[in-house]
Amino acid sequence: MTTTAAPPQAPAPTEPPVHKASLRKRLIPYWLLLPGILWLLVFFVLPMIYQASTSVQTGSLEEGFQVTWHFGTYWDAFTEYYPQFLRSLLYAGTATALCLLLGYPLAYLIAFKAGRWRNLLLVLVIAPFFTSFLIRTLAWKTILADGGPVVGVLNSVGFLDVTSWLGMTEGDRVLATPLAVVCGLTYNFLPFMILPLYSSLERIDTRLHEAAGDLYARPATVFRKVTFPLSMPGVVSGTLLTFIPASGDYVNAELLGSTDTRMIGNVIQSQYLRILDYPTAAALSFILMAIVLIMVTIYIRRAGTEDLV
Amino acid sequence: MRNPLTWLRRNLVVIAGLGTLAYMILPNVVVTVFSFNNPTGRFNYAWQEFSLDAWKDPCGVADMCGSLSLSLQIALWSTLVATALGTAIAFALVRYRFRARGAVNSLIFLPMAMPEIVMAASLLALFLNMGIQLGFWTILIAHIMFCLSFVVAAVKARVLSMDPRLEEAARDLYAGPVQTFVRVTLPIAAPGIAAGALLSFALSFDDFIITNFNSGNTVTFPMFVWGSAQRGTPVQINVIGTAMFVIAVLVVLAGQMVGNRRKKAQPK
Repeated sequence: MTTTAAPPQAPAPTEPPVHKASLRKRLIPYWLLLPGILWLLVFFVLPMIYQASTSVQTGSLEEGFQVTWHFGTYWDAFTEYYPQFLRSLLYAGTATALCLLLGYPLAYLIAFKAGRWRNLLLVLVIAPFFTSFLIRTLAWKTILADGGPVVGVLNSVGFLDVTSWLGMTEGDRVLATPLAVVCGLTYNFLPFMILPLYSSLERIDTRLHEAAGDLYARPATVFRKVTFPLSMPGVVSGTLLTFIPASGDYVNAELLGSTDTRMIGNVIQSQYLRILDYPTAAALSFILMAIVLIMVTIYIRRAGTEDLV
Repeated sequence: MRNPLTWLRRNLVVIAGLGTLAYMILPNVVVTVFSFNNPTGRFNYAWQEFSLDAWKDPCGVADMCGSLSLSLQIALWSTLVATALGTAIAFALVRYRFRARGAVNSLIFLPMAMPEIVMAASLLALFLNMGIQLGFWTILIAHIMFCLSFVVAAVKARVLSMDPRLEEAARDLYAGPVQTFVRVTLPIAAPGIAAGALLSFALSFDDFIITNFNSGNTVTFPMFVWGSAQRGTPVQINVIGTAMFVIAVLVVLAGQMVGNRRKKAQPK
């Protein structure tokens, strides 16, 4: 979770002196790594290879699938489901932006202003992790219910007019619209934004704020020129930890949305578990993986924090 | 507080932060309130009347507590295995130079940088291809796999900030390698290991996507909740949700109190 920046050149630990016993010593790291890495190779890398081979198979469930190097599946899958891809990126992107917008003040509050309430606030941020997230997502069905108080207030202040105009809601209901899905995504991934933000803000020396103030910087300028740049590692890892899982999520779209809000996760899930069209499902998840990895790489380059994890 | 506008501007961060907190806590409040509901019909989405029935008989729903105990078992085992394997990897990465270190680092990072559904689907592809029966063991294998990276990240952060001179000092005082590790290294790394373990327990207990793909007919607690969203949600689900929230808050607060006392007990 704490994507702590690993300094590329950590202080070189005691180099084993070259003598007879050193061979055994040199093997220690490999023995330490062996079980865990083996696990990842067998249950993470090998499955990816299997999935890659599945994606270029053709056939049917009755006659069996065979590797025919049919790359056309990728093109067909993409052209058929690009609306769901676009929707996933749009919803996940909006939810990530909202998480940053909502999460930053809370992380800032806990890091700098909470005083003796700091621990309690942190507990309240972490605690939702322990209540089943499905139960909490179902609670949003109650909160956003048609004709409920929340929808009533949103309607009376004209908020729903704006979101309807944006195409996020329809009429005077929120449930089963894109807004409900984005609201659920934002809610579910907020802790993943707040915790990295908090840990990078907490490391900032508050004397820098004082120094900036002494140099006649207004509070807004201090934030823009000192605090925010120094919190960049937290912003980067927070957006990644929010965007990546949100782009593949299908729980929120299923529970809070409708058939018009299906994301790519819903498609992959139903292709794999209901329609049993394994090649298409495998191709879809590889396309999703490729899109996410490309976006993440570009983002990390741009944000300039390459020493993540 | 002469000018309300100035006051508002000065406390904007506090107000916005507390607003976010309210947004985060609201569903928990709803879950708690609706655990005292006496709903009519199959779904517990609208308030009817106050009732303690569900709290008196939390296991009164068929299969629910069975799925709960299954989830606890899986979370416990995957935490144990993932923490052991992950801690070893973290120590190897921080404490030793060796070839393929970069490759190992990326291999650890990748599971965290990938949408869960991609891993879930690829594991299913493996199990289907090898003809492995889906169930308890495939869930456990999957959970250990995705918890591993998070344990490594948590332990690595702690070990990186450790002062290697403490261990040198122990060796200077004629402590053997085992004694140094057990008496010095492990206690210092303990908070990182505990954080990793706690995280993997929570991740495993709450996991839905990977479990949904690789569970076959086995029903864990999140799977039970998912199914109930289609068939009808018993009030007992809210009871369990409330209890989990309360227990989590108490455990974390107790842990922090112990930590604080220890800090105070140590003269600087």
